[in-house]
Amino acid sequence: MSQPVLGAPLDRVEGPGKVTGRIAYTADNDIPGMVHAVVVESTIANGRIAAIDESAARSAPGVIAIMTPRNAPRVDARKVDANDSLLFLLQGDAVEFDRQPVAVAIAETFEQATYAARLVRVRYDVRPPTTALASGERFLPDQIFGKPAQHKRGMPEDAFARAAVTLKQTYRTPTEHHNPMETHATIAQWTGDRLTIYDATQWVFGVQHRLAATFGIDPKAIRVVAPFVGGAFGCKGQTWSHVPLAAMAARLAGRPVKLVVTRPQMFGWVGHRPQTEQVVGLGAARDGTLAAVTHDVLSETSMSDEFVEPSVVFSRDLYAVPNYAMSDTLSRLNISKPTYQRGPGESTGSFAMESAMDELSYALGIDPLELRLRNYSANDPDSGKPYSSKRLRECYAAAAAQFGWSARNPKVRSTSRGRMLVGSGMATASRATHRSPCTVRMRMNADGNVLVQCGTIEQGTGTPTVYPQLAAEILEIPPERVRFEFGNTDLPAAPIAAGSQTSGSVGSAVVVAARRMRELLVSHDGKPPADGFEVELEDSPPPEEAEHATQAFGAHFAEVEVDPDLGTVRVTRFVGAFDGGRILNAKTARSQMLGGIVWGISMALFEDTRYDARSGRIMNANLSEYLVPTNADIPDVEVILIAGDDPFANPAGAKGIGEVGICGSAAAVANAVYHATGIRIRDLPITPDKLIR
Amino acid sequence: METVNIEVNGRSYSNEVEPRLLLVHYLRDTLGLTGTHVGCDTSSCGACTVLLDGISVKSCTVFAAQAGGHAVTTIEGIGNSGALHPMQEAFWAKHGLQCGFCTPGMIVSCIDLLRRNPDPSDAEIRAGIEGNLCRCTGYENIVRAVRAAAAAMKADEPRRSVAELLPVGAS
Ligand code: FES
Ligand code: FES
Repeated sequence: MSQPVLGAPLDRVEGPGKVTGRIAYTADNDIPGMVHAVVVESTIANGRIAAIDESAARSAPGVIAIMTPRNAPRVDARKVDANDSLLFLLQGDAVEFDRQPVAVAIAETFEQATYAARLVRVRYDVRPPTTALASGERFLPDQIFGKPAQHKRGMPEDAFARAAVTLKQTYRTPTEHHNPMETHATIAQWTGDRLTIYDATQWVFGVQHRLAATFGIDPKAIRVVAPFVGGAFGCKGQTWSHVPLAAMAARLAGRPVKLVVTRPQMFGWVGHRPQTEQVVGLGAARDGTLAAVTHDVLSETSMSDEFVEPSVVFSRDLYAVPNYAMSDTLSRLNISKPTYQRGPGESTGSFAMESAMDELSYALGIDPLELRLRNYSANDPDSGKPYSSKRLRECYAAAAAQFGWSARNPKVRSTSRGRMLVGSGMATASRATHRSPCTVRMRMNADGNVLVQCGTIEQGTGTPTVYPQLAAEILEIPPERVRFEFGNTDLPAAPIAAGSQTSGSVGSAVVVAARRMRELLVSHDGKPPADGFEVELEDSPPPEEAEHATQAFGAHFAEVEVDPDLGTVRVTRFVGAFDGGRILNAKTARSQMLGGIVWGISMALFEDTRYDARSGRIMNANLSEYLVPTNADIPDVEVILIAGDDPFANPAGAKGIGEVGICGSAAAVANAVYHATGIRIRDLPITPDKLIR
Repeated sequence: METVNIEVNGRSYSNEVEPRLLLVHYLRDTLGLTGTHVGCDTSSCGACTVLLDGISVKSCTVFAAQAGGHAVTTIEGIGNSGALHPMQEAFWAKHGLQCGFCTPGMIVSCIDLLRRNPDPSDAEIRAGIEGNLCRCTGYENIVRAVRAAAAAMKADEPRRSVAELLPVGAS
């Protein structure tokens, strides 16, 4: 073929369905006989339900049932494994966070169910809640994703004590809610003991298994459908309470039930990024060489579960630091369970570490970029393993050149444009790539057309476009001849579409299957037989893959304008360059980076879930007060892809690209604000009140 | 209940509706036009944007009863069965979408923007559609799409057929 297929910026195959509104998201499905359920959520953050009076609700027009702890079907709400969580399924009267489900109104129409939900009267025995990170009960978790909660290499205390220059600062990141544009939604239908679920999820098999455990039925009796997901960013990775509640409501009503989570309820039981307080210590020689780094993180978790925001991963795995110490402590609060949010760990950890590196650069009078280069690590500094590939140096160089970094006046508060103070800052991006076993089935028909089947989902990453591209490259056929079928539990099992692992996991399985199919084709003189070929295989990372550390890298450069009178910050320019290994599709990859950078800008300037200290209630649970950037808030963002092969990462040669963009970008903005104003903001978001002194 | 007569995408409908029924739920639940989405309940996100007598409105902020006697155009009525609207074409080609959830409302808003200002600058585009949130794309490609659509509409470029654009995936 003349044009390489792989990496080509092919248009999305599902694009026409999306631009015409014909693609169905979960809530767009209609099932004959379907009724509507609306969750009633708690209005306290700690206490017990003393009494529920549902009489008015029950007699409201159209109401079929009001499900409360009194009449809810008995189910098993306990977690099924360490990464799972307790669900709130009306099995008792305890309330441990604001907006916990306490009842469900089921009615013929959405309006009737919404009205009935308002009529449910709940009386509580209220206890004072704890929502401040500083006041929760503290403990060290047993493990963080299989690793100890405390870890060191070398002699960090000694090295820190002996270092020529030291710095120790505390950085804070707030609670943030994912808020994909599509809220969670579930449709549940029982046919005898068989259950069909339409769900906005990143993992149909996860939903299947959790529901099987909840209802005590065979997973095979449950079919989960989720082809198109309207954004997720981590909050749709886990099966949350409303999914079984919809199935319980369908049982109670004897009808299929649609349950759509409202935007305010998106701040309830469906996960969030936990707030963190991070103490970073840097000890360095006068030439900027790091001798010791310490990173101690305090983050929040819920009353009944443990989730650790692994912020330390960023400082542990990036710079050439011989002496290192980290710890992760949790604080128990009256909040719902935190969860993964885009770039879990590295997003928050990079804000702390890359802010500290910026502070060190000023303390030493070394250019911030030069300081990073002096601490460049050829190998993973913690495990000592070689990286599967690393083009971070190229990222720094390309982004710095595009940004015009060398023309920057290093002095703070030295540049202005009219009355605006202008500053620029940079930061490093880094994010681990993971991989899990994945099964695919690949069929080549007699006419040479190929069908690839895998039960992953499309959440905006380009699933139905990029995997056919990968198969077509190997089979040497045009990508239009490969069709990708995905999005339900009848298909071969895929891992959760999260954690920067889908390209590596699904992509690798597609590559291995396509190679096998190619061999079959060659052995048949290039012509499939009348009944075609079929290959089905599970691809798992072989042991030798663990010999390398696989990380995506990048470099962020931001320019800001700060109004010295009002303290308002505008990002005026942003350049990011990224090493994502082999790029499967330049168009979808670039878009992931753009989106990630804007998430970082958003983290720096806008997002902040606020708890009322007395009631423990969230005060800004909607999109008019929980701010996410609008189009007008965002400047031109330039993305440079430093493409290249990665022979050791995985068979697809791809590193995770969905999350690296947010890692470091908030720090680049904060560092630019410091350069503009001379004011160092160590707690996000950077709001005007913090800049007016 | 009251009777509303509404024209939607060129067809006349007459329905009994509750006074509290929002236009967006009338479109989605009564007419089955689910291309118009719901993303919030504070009129913040624009996922529900439709044209009312040719002017963009957030259909979560209009009662169905208020739309009586008026003409509504939803995403399903943009373009026609033969060809994508240049704005749809541009959102696809310039990758102004990822998950696609904001896309129908975004496209409708952008069409209204070009009606008011056929040749907007980037800053005018960004300010003109700030009532439509997108959580995925970072907006850059949306701005490019609007620019491309503006140019195509001026040049009256030929458009791609939707006939071959089959649904993808499984259900
Ligand atoms: S649904 Fe958000 S503005 Fe209408
Ligand atoms: S494409 Fe997902 S919200 Fe815009």
